[in-house]
Amino acid sequence: MRKLLIWLPLGLFITFLVVFATGLISPESKTIPSKLVGKPMPPFALGPGLPGKPGLSSAELANGQPHLVNVFASWCVPCIAEAPQLRQLAEAGVPIYGIAIRDRPEDLARFIARNGDPFRAIGGDPNSSVQIALGSSGVPETFLVDGKGIIRRQHIGAINPEDVPGIMSALGDAR
Amino acid sequence: MRGWLKSFLLAALALQFSTPVLADSLMPAAKYADEQLADPAKEHQAKVLMETIRCLVCQGQSIADSNAEMAGDMRALIRTRIEAGEKPEAIRAWLIERYGDWVSFKPPLDKLTWPLYALPALFLVLGIWIVSGRLKRRRKA
Repeated sequence: MRKLLIWLPLGLFITFLVVFATGLISPESKTIPSKLVGKPMPPFALGPGLPGKPGLSSAELANGQPHLVNVFASWCVPCIAEAPQLRQLAEAGVPIYGIAIRDRPEDLARFIARNGDPFRAIGGDPNSSVQIALGSSGVPETFLVDGKGIIRRQHIGAINPEDVPGIMSALGDAR
Repeated sequence: MRGWLKSFLLAALALQFSTPVLADSLMPAAKYADEQLADPAKEHQAKVLMETIRCLVCQGQSIADSNAEMAGDMRALIRTRIEAGEKPEAIRAWLIERYGDWVSFKPPLDKLTWPLYALPALFLVLGIWIVSGRLKRRRKA
């Protein structure tokens, strides 16, 4: 028994070494989901991100209809990748509202001209304040909000073609 | 010129004109991202809070240390709110409500984290017990 116990400190040391080494070799980097899923949309009011298109406020969103709130930016590359899927959803009649993070109207106009405009309104969020209020940690992210204004789901990253059916059925459930 | 050299030079030339893909906007930093508050006491409160709020983009850093744009926007948000008279712990709670305990470098004392606080005390007691036992034995010998 005593002989075995002698090896215990070395065993513990090696265990710690392995734990720390794996932590160092593959640093932790994870997506942080918003804690607001299941809670009401936080109140906000944003001016228009694009001239000639309405801005966005949380009051307008509580209109009894499930919708998507897309957090995006013209400088965001994956946002270009998800544009066709957003257009497809908009064509299917899904109300999509945009929140443009740290964007300039002229850049946004170019982005919309190139990638299409699935948005009913675009709120400009020049200092990420609404993004932070939403618990969002990057672009693109899409929040699915039900008719009562409760956030039902958060999609982190670009919406890929295979994500569209799931979003459509979740929108149906949120009615 | 040899073929491979020509293509190499062409590729090098092409690189000169390509722009790197940056995940950053073209907007300047928010007002209070890198600007201190006029009131030193308030700036100190903001600074202490910023050092214990984790950056969401570069996850090992606090927002005080991070150069990420979002960290700058979070610093601006904290300074603006402290300027408006909000308490630092209220701002921390507001952020935790959105991002979870993860966003704070100051772990709360709750069901899950109590061993973190209790174990050091326990180990200290254990250490004192072992040492005092040994000292007694030595005195006897």
